[in-house]
Amino acid sequence: MSAAMKKIALVAENRMIAEDIYSMWLNAPDITETAKPGQFVSLYCNNGSRLLPRPISICEIDKIQGRVRLVYRIAGKGTKEFAGLKEQDQIEAMGPLGNGFTLEGKKAILIGGGIGIPPMLELAKQLDCEKQMVLGYRDITFLEKEFETYGKVFISTEDGSKGVKGNVIDAIKANGLEADIIFACGPTPMLRGVKAYALEHGITAQLSMEERMACGIGACLGCICKSKEVDHHSNVKNKRVCKDGPVFYADEVEL
Amino acid sequence: MNTNVTIAGVTFNNPVTTASGTFGSGMEYSEYVDLSKLGAVTTKGVSSIPWPGNPTPRVAETYGGMLNAIGLQNPGVEVFIKRDIPFLRQQKAKIIVNVVGKTTEEYCDVVERLADCDVDMLEINISCPNVKEGGIAFGQDPRCVEAITTEIKKRAKQPVIMKLSPNVTDITEMAKAAEAGGADALSLINTLTGMKIDIHRRAFLLANKTGGLSGPAIKPVAVRMVYQVANAVKLPLIGMGGIVGAEDALEFIMAGASMVAVGTTNFINPSATPEVVRGIEEYMKKYNISDIHELIGCVK
Repeated sequence: MSAAMKKIALVAENRMIAEDIYSMWLNAPDITETAKPGQFVSLYCNNGSRLLPRPISICEIDKIQGRVRLVYRIAGKGTKEFAGLKEQDQIEAMGPLGNGFTLEGKKAILIGGGIGIPPMLELAKQLDCEKQMVLGYRDITFLEKEFETYGKVFISTEDGSKGVKGNVIDAIKANGLEADIIFACGPTPMLRGVKAYALEHGITAQLSMEERMACGIGACLGCICKSKEVDHHSNVKNKRVCKDGPVFYADEVEL
Repeated sequence: MNTNVTIAGVTFNNPVTTASGTFGSGMEYSEYVDLSKLGAVTTKGVSSIPWPGNPTPRVAETYGGMLNAIGLQNPGVEVFIKRDIPFLRQQKAKIIVNVVGKTTEEYCDVVERLADCDVDMLEINISCPNVKEGGIAFGQDPRCVEAITTEIKKRAKQPVIMKLSPNVTDITEMAKAAEAGGADALSLINTLTGMKIDIHRRAFLLANKTGGLSGPAIKPVAVRMVYQVANAVKLPLIGMGGIVGAEDALEFIMAGASMVAVGTTNFINPSATPEVVRGIEEYMKKYNISDIHELIGCVK
């Protein structure tokens, strides 16, 4: 039995870092032991009317203290419940889940869009090459200072209040960034843009996808994405975001 | 203490199985559950050719439940026979294969392909739309229920469970029709058709607009229907719909189900099924029940 099990974790810290954006550290040595950047944790609500786990990507892994950091946005009643948790509170968690990023390349662009930004932080920490971070926001920025430790940070905002006005691709073009590998996490329209950009420039890209999930362990087939080839598990052109992903090479998936 | 139950000549170690579609082919849960410790594994629906299913979003949470419109994605019967049956047998699990189709011919094709396979029972999902009858589900018309049961029984070499849809005016009519068609057992309930609207996007939550409601929210409806059907037909019943723990399972058993299936809860707690088995045993010990049959249909 090597699968991640559902266990009780202790909240070590939980605070708001921007409007509706929270940063939570969980004491969860079982999770940190094997966790990789790009994987996620399923968090369970304490209210029986909210059945399904909330998949939250891993923002940082502290193996020494056995702590994992999750940065999440209040998107509904479940994440609102999480935001109310205090230090020493208990929460049911299962993880790490999913495949995570493959560490590769000599010169990388790490692209995060909105709540797709947090997983890029642990990746930036672990990736051993020249790194350029492109962070796309609607308006309010978060985490950008923490990225500066690991390389140069480029920002785009939709309203132009900070960095380049526009999206992450606009920021890449405006700053003339070059790379041999792209890592990206964000909403599907952004990933579509990243895939097109990578293809056009002949750059390998790893994309972390999001989709509505139920189980998080590859059983319910709720969170599929379209794959280029017939998948061995589904025997159709569907891959499971939770189990086969969330990270896919851009040429594996149809967006 | 005896927890064995026998349905249509097949004996199960205990009365707990899995609801089709919530347990993959069993393989997905083998790291969480010793499959041989379950009464049986009921597999995800299998069709004659691979089905790609519906577009996403396919799932949505609702109060105390969830909606799904997976669209019965499955790898098709060929892969199922080659890959999943040997795996389940190797795990020493009893196998109930759920069968889906869009036409009577498609159902019969799967049943015939499975006829000489090493599986214990077949469960027929008749909540699929019958494309030749304008898309109304097979399970929503008693004539269709009887006809498809008869056709399947002609070809099946394993006992046949007909899985009833709750989306009908009177479920006992459908139960009687399946009995008339020669069904060996009935399972109920399938999901209740529902809908959720995202008021901020002013759009349906599910790409398919409607989906099947499951989870604890539907349990009282399911228990009621099991009770009604138990009093309408002589066939053994497998009860399901919103079972979270052993207490829920016992309600179904007392309402008349010989066996129960854990469904949506598998998504939330992957090791729920052995916990339900243990909980039933603990209940029997506590109340000094020596045989599970003392509980089946004990509430009149």
